[in-house]
Amino acid sequence: VCFIPGGLDCSISFVSHVLGKVCIHGRQKEILGVLVPCLTDLTKSDCIWQRICWRLVECVPDRWMEAVVLGFVQRAPGADVLSRLLGNLVVKNKKAQFVVTQKMLLLQYGHTTAVLQNLLGYLSLESLRRTLLLRVLQELLETWSSSSAVKHSPAEQQLYISKAILICLSHLKEPEIESCRQELLTSMMEGVKCHLDSSLPQLRRLGMVVAESISLKINTEGPVLKFEYEEDDETRELKSLLVQTPPFCVVPSLPDDERSEKAGAALPLVPESHEKPHTAAPVMPDEESDAELDSDDDLIPYDMSEDKEQKIKAPVYIRDCIEVLTGSRSEDVDKWEATVKALESLVRKNPAATREVSVELAKILLHLEEKTCIEGFVELRQRAQVAVLTTDPIPVAKYLTSQFYSLNYSLRQRMDILDVLVLAAQELSCPSFHGKTRHSGAQKPCIQLLPGSDSSKDWRRIVDERIKSKTRRFDVGQSRVELASRPNEFNSVAGYFFFPLIQHFDRPLTTFDLLGEDHLVLGRLVHTLAILMYLAVNTMAVTAMGKALLEFIWALRFHTDSYVRQGLLSCISSLLLSVPTERILADMTEEMLETQSWLGDVMEKDPDGDCRRLALQNLLLMENLKKKLEAVPS
Amino acid sequence: MALPPPDPQFVLRGTSAAVHTLHFSCGGPESDIPLLFSGSENGFIHVWNLKTRRVDTALDGHGRKSVYCVETMGGKDRLLSQGRDQRICLWDLAEGRTSVTDSVFTEHVGFCRCSLLKVAQGRWLMAMAARGLEEVQILELPSKTSVCTLKPEAGAKLGMPMCLKLWQLNCGSQPVLLAGYEDGSVVLWNVSMGRALSQLICHQEPVMSLDFDSEKAKGISGSSEKVLSIWSLNEQQNLQVYKTHELVNAGISDVTIRPDRKILATAGWDHRIRIFGWKKLKPLAVLDYHTATVHCVSFSDHSNPQQRLLAAGSKDQRISVWSIYAQT
Repeated sequence: VCFIPGGLDCSISFVSHVLGKVCIHGRQKEILGVLVPCLTDLTKSDCIWQRICWRLVECVPDRWMEAVVLGFVQRAPGADVLSRLLGNLVVKNKKAQFVVTQKMLLLQYGHTTAVLQNLLGYLSLESLRRTLLLRVLQELLETWSSSSAVKHSPAEQQLYISKAILICLSHLKEPEIESCRQELLTSMMEGVKCHLDSSLPQLRRLGMVVAESISLKINTEGPVLKFEYEEDDETRELKSLLVQTPPFCVVPSLPDDERSEKAGAALPLVPESHEKPHTAAPVMPDEESDAELDSDDDLIPYDMSEDKEQKIKAPVYIRDCIEVLTGSRSEDVDKWEATVKALESLVRKNPAATREVSVELAKILLHLEEKTCIEGFVELRQRAQVAVLTTDPIPVAKYLTSQFYSLNYSLRQRMDILDVLVLAAQELSCPSFHGKTRHSGAQKPCIQLLPGSDSSKDWRRIVDERIKSKTRRFDVGQSRVELASRPNEFNSVAGYFFFPLIQHFDRPLTTFDLLGEDHLVLGRLVHTLAILMYLAVNTMAVTAMGKALLEFIWALRFHTDSYVRQGLLSCISSLLLSVPTERILADMTEEMLETQSWLGDVMEKDPDGDCRRLALQNLLLMENLKKKLEAVPS
Repeated sequence: MALPPPDPQFVLRGTSAAVHTLHFSCGGPESDIPLLFSGSENGFIHVWNLKTRRVDTALDGHGRKSVYCVETMGGKDRLLSQGRDQRICLWDLAEGRTSVTDSVFTEHVGFCRCSLLKVAQGRWLMAMAARGLEEVQILELPSKTSVCTLKPEAGAKLGMPMCLKLWQLNCGSQPVLLAGYEDGSVVLWNVSMGRALSQLICHQEPVMSLDFDSEKAKGISGSSEKVLSIWSLNEQQNLQVYKTHELVNAGISDVTIRPDRKILATAGWDHRIRIFGWKKLKPLAVLDYHTATVHCVSFSDHSNPQQRLLAAGSKDQRISVWSIYAQT
């Protein structure tokens, strides 16, 4: 492709047509791969070439404009290059404007961060286009702060929009921020509310990072919004987008606010040389240079063998523990601390004594609040509760499940009940957990068993292992040590754990509405039921549980919260793995067919990626089961 | 074969409340009665006659709020007491009087004991924690004029001052203040210029008490953790850690060096009083008498060394008085 240079007046509309046609046929990569670098070089310093280039793209017919513009934006090595190549195309051409400001930002979300940087940088480089930049920012913020968008759009799209917002913010100059400060503030407040409402931790974090960045921009002095969250690669990447380091400094980069504080703060009192406090690095006394007479030799030490560490004794009897924990004497906090630490082992060592007071202990532990600052108080309390529950499962389970649906408990307490039930169920059903107070693989059992957004990965692993174990037909021989077998203690109590939880979910109380505001707890409840179902394999009640669970799932299958939907799909996985296949096909045929069609729907149309994966998994499981049954001659 | 630790020489009972502070006044002529002043949680200051071992007078000047510091100002006739009613009272006790002659309203709601230093005949400097969170104010007594306010730099985050010690190397030199703070650091302040000379992080927990030996330029501080920290002051007025000593049980309420600088005593939260040699911090004795936290220890100022005593006040409402290492 070569052009006739010089002052000749030539029409390049033919070339535009060719370019457009090629792009629309999907050959963007090939043609633009050659054209763009060529034009980049040519337009570097030559104005004429720039104008030629602009003319070239302007003459592309509207019906092919989108493909061409898309191609250019994706292929340009930088925003300034894009600016040279496209010029003010977005201002002059309606279609190009639509593609750049609407389609690429709001309707598509598959582009990389670099492409976003190109696009938004391009908009910011010329004053004519900056109005478009502001408009784009407003629209992005509208989407970001709309609660229905947060609830229904996929996480990847939300991440894309957040990135775009941050890049826009980084390009804005002071006077522009001044003019739209109020709107930024209102959108930030609304948006952060919707984001924090979400049950998925990733979305919450996204909301927090973007809100912090907006707050930083509009309040350059004074307190800024600061959330507490765990930093990970995603948040770090997002934050890095706020700082622009263009080759020519059009936009000043954000100073690190901490550093500026330290630099600016005057240190009036402390003189320069003594500024740094010395840390306690002991300077060993020089023994040899001590030439003084050691008059300390006159002082003969007394016998100090009685001087031992003081230990507060914890009570030895369970009833004493109850007294200490419920005692109103605020004086003896040492004893209270020692009791809390010793409670779990006492409960496990004295099962008979515990059974006498099990419900009372469970009540005390459920309401126990931290009196002094003990390390790991939450874990100690939870372990004690699990110990009580496993020692006397039926009455305590009855108590706990009834309390789950009672008035006047905090959400945290209700979720604690669920965690305790799960841990106890695991202990009762699994022989390797017997007697061990420290679970080697489950140091923080509450997090591992009821993870937030990681549930799909864990479940996939578990399901995969289960499938593997079922399909293995060879005997590997005596190389594996057989685990000591015990009767499954969960068998007799699984029903007491499971059915009361499922019973009242649709009955709202004044302070607790599972189907309404408290959908976070509903999500946790659904995951809990999935785990209980999974642990109930080989118990007598498993079929009844399966049926009840299917009904429960059916009622909730269109719930708007994706965390709840993930839980429902995990329930189906557990069901398929735990209930014996014969029983599934015998007792639950119709329900299974309905479920299958629902799963197909979810797999195709659900906005959440994890849900789709889980649905696919479930369909595969169902296929496997059918095949297995067909393979076995009946 | 080490001897078992001695028993207290006698025990004073009768305060009916936890004892927070003690101060001896036995330095007068032989004819004078040796006295021990004690401040209790019920707001009373008891004046104990050490000959009869009974309470001579009980002073009520702090509105039944706990008294946590008593000091004499040049003799037993003038007493200074500090209480939780945010006041420092000056008492006139001569000839049987028991009246408060003056008081300073400190506006300090913490537990930081004030520190007195005699700079000239009839003139005293007093360092006390002031109204601002991290500030220490130096007042001149009896005129009650403020000499300066020592404020750490912004952002230093030292927390409240926990304990103070004013001292001067000899009569003519500049008074300096050692202050221990909530964040575990000890700061050396120059009082006349009002600025900090040196800061040393001695502990990870608040500094509960400190004492300083101006002759050897060495000091010791105790905290709520298990470590006693000994630090020294070099010629450039810099604090450096000299040594640390690990204790068996955590928590020290008070630490005090005997006036002859041979031994020191610590009051522990584990109900025990520990005696160490000051030179090398050799553990000498563990006195186990009290049944609750020991709040304060104090050495007497007897002119006859043989009569020297150590007193300890505890939460169990007893004051134990010991004669230990009096022969040296």
